[in-house]
Amino acid sequence: MAGKTLYDKLWDSHVVKEREDGTALIYIDRQLLHEVTSPQAFEGLRLASRQPWRLDANLATPDHNVPTTKTERDVGIEGIVDPVSKIQVKTLDDNCDEFGIVEFKMQDKRQGIVHVVGPEQGATLPGMTIVCGDSHTATHGAFAALAHGVGTSEVEHVMATQCLIQRKMKNLLIKVDGELGAGITGKDVVLHVIGIIGTAGGNGCAMEFGGSAIRSMSMEGRMTMCNMAIEAGARVGMVAFDENTAEYVKGRPYAPKSDQWDQAVEYWNTLVSDEDAVFDKVVEVNAADIKPQVTWGTSPEMVVSVDSLVPKAEDESDPVKRSAIERALEYMGLEGGQKITDIQLDRVFIGSCTNSRIEDLRAAAAIVEGKQVASSLKQALVVPGSGLVKEQAEEEGLDKIFTAAGLEWREPGCSMCLAMNADKLGNGEHCASTSNRNFEGRQGYGGRTHLVSPAMAAAAAITGHFIDVNTL
Amino acid sequence: MNKFILHTGIAAPMDRANIDTDMIIPKQFLKSIKRSGFGPNLFDELRYLDEGQPDADNSGRPLNTEFVLNQSRYEGASVLLARENFGCGSSREHAPWALEDYGFRVIIAPSYADIFFNNSFKNGLLPIVLDEVVVDQLFTEVFASEGYQLTIELESQKIIKPCGEEIDFDVDPFRKHCLINGLDDIGLTLQDADDIRNYEEKRRASQPWLFDVVK
Ligand code: SF4
Repeated sequence: MAGKTLYDKLWDSHVVKEREDGTALIYIDRQLLHEVTSPQAFEGLRLASRQPWRLDANLATPDHNVPTTKTERDVGIEGIVDPVSKIQVKTLDDNCDEFGIVEFKMQDKRQGIVHVVGPEQGATLPGMTIVCGDSHTATHGAFAALAHGVGTSEVEHVMATQCLIQRKMKNLLIKVDGELGAGITGKDVVLHVIGIIGTAGGNGCAMEFGGSAIRSMSMEGRMTMCNMAIEAGARVGMVAFDENTAEYVKGRPYAPKSDQWDQAVEYWNTLVSDEDAVFDKVVEVNAADIKPQVTWGTSPEMVVSVDSLVPKAEDESDPVKRSAIERALEYMGLEGGQKITDIQLDRVFIGSCTNSRIEDLRAAAAIVEGKQVASSLKQALVVPGSGLVKEQAEEEGLDKIFTAAGLEWREPGCSMCLAMNADKLGNGEHCASTSNRNFEGRQGYGGRTHLVSPAMAAAAAITGHFIDVNTL
Repeated sequence: MNKFILHTGIAAPMDRANIDTDMIIPKQFLKSIKRSGFGPNLFDELRYLDEGQPDADNSGRPLNTEFVLNQSRYEGASVLLARENFGCGSSREHAPWALEDYGFRVIIAPSYADIFFNNSFKNGLLPIVLDEVVVDQLFTEVFASEGYQLTIELESQKIIKPCGEEIDFDVDPFRKHCLINGLDDIGLTLQDADDIRNYEEKRRASQPWLFDVVK
């Protein structure tokens, strides 16, 4: 019999019950909650007089709506200017208090973007099934966990039953072998992969990232890659367990301690795809081919290397794709054939659950140190992923480096990633952003997003346009 | 949840691939803590010429007359014809809530994003997958004749065209069962509560660290 993939193993170990129609009841070890997708789920529980099945499996924190300026944050919830946002954050607090769910509230220094907080606390562990009402839950798969986003009905279902009804997905392996070039990060790798397979390339699949380039990548880089698996259509991104995983998890507040640690590691060591495992699909990528990536359009698959030209619609033969390119060029205010490095920027955003961890901030700080933000920019924001990331960065003096260079140093939250709070792009503005989605209007009405790595965003902040970080 | 048995309605063509959830319902409307009332802001950025605000009155806003749903021939449409990878992007269930609140009961497309597909079923909205060629043909017919209606019969899994021609479609049997009976799947899962408890006990024994939670 052929061996099992990592996904097969995680799936098999969580099946509570197979059902006749081919679906299975899958046990969920951890549910992360935030203010946007949980209120209707709590309301559903209340209406049906149901209690959460297992309180300690849940962990909550507000992130999408929280303001990121210090003046607003110091005031607390009452400091949230937008009344609708305020109600949403308050509703999460009230619901968690009422049901007895642990929540890192807005003033808690452990608060942050839910996908940064989970791993940071060790609430994300290898071998777990993890869900959250947020598509970027795929992030947690970097820990050899089975993690995916769910809708609000499923948030309620998991709260009430600790289970989900699922159908097994297909196995897709993205194999990145070789050595990554200087300045090439997980962000560039995943954008490059999405450029190859497209935004629907992973539909119906659990996507494992493997190969020698991934083995030598940090946990932060792996999280960035898994985070964007959803941008390739896969609900699940995963990386096998290894020493990097163990080292990251060890000592975190929710991680196993003393003799339970050894017992856990012994089990976690099995969380790899077997040598003879069979994948439904394998995509091979040569690490050495990957250059710094920049998206030019309104879908993450509209991506090219920084040294390339914006594509021309007439070069595309498929009519649906051609009209998508035309639309995107129009929305982005770009001409086919123009150089990526000629795109002038208005704002720079370094943050989001894709790239707001300490390693990301260090990479950005290393670029801007001793330099000045281009005078043509209206704003360059750095938003750490959590209060603890912020604290760590300040201990290392990164905040001083950013502010000295003319970047703003903010309080943790989702911020300009989706512009649910006050941080947003103006109509027609171009932004170099380390987030994960460049959809129309994502970062603000009429805003034009270009997805890049933290180092590339930092370099763009200095020059006011895109530039290969290695040539700065 | 609303039952879905048989539905007849005007089809509206959304002739664009990769319609994402930000287009279906922009983020500012996600601040609502309710499940309903999203219909007036469905496709907000495509539908109106200005920027929409939550809880605002939409009646006086300038309409984008080019947008398909603003054309009188598609007024009252309840079947949405779409292109590949419909509903990609975020997990927001506000997307099917908005479609449903607007009046859509059926979507027909060659493919969907997984989470959106799943969310739709939970809200009495039926997403049907048809072959690209068949979808293309439907687009041609919808564009060609005003008032074009489709009938969707879930039990027999058939779409009936105005000319009487039938198209078969596939649907997951469990989801079909839930839709036809308007079932709440939490109730169904709780019938297996003993199995869940047994599983949990085994897991507690083999991986105790998952249960000893430090605060
Ligand atoms: S940072 Fe952006 S993508 Fe991540 S959870 Fe927040 S809004 Fe979603």
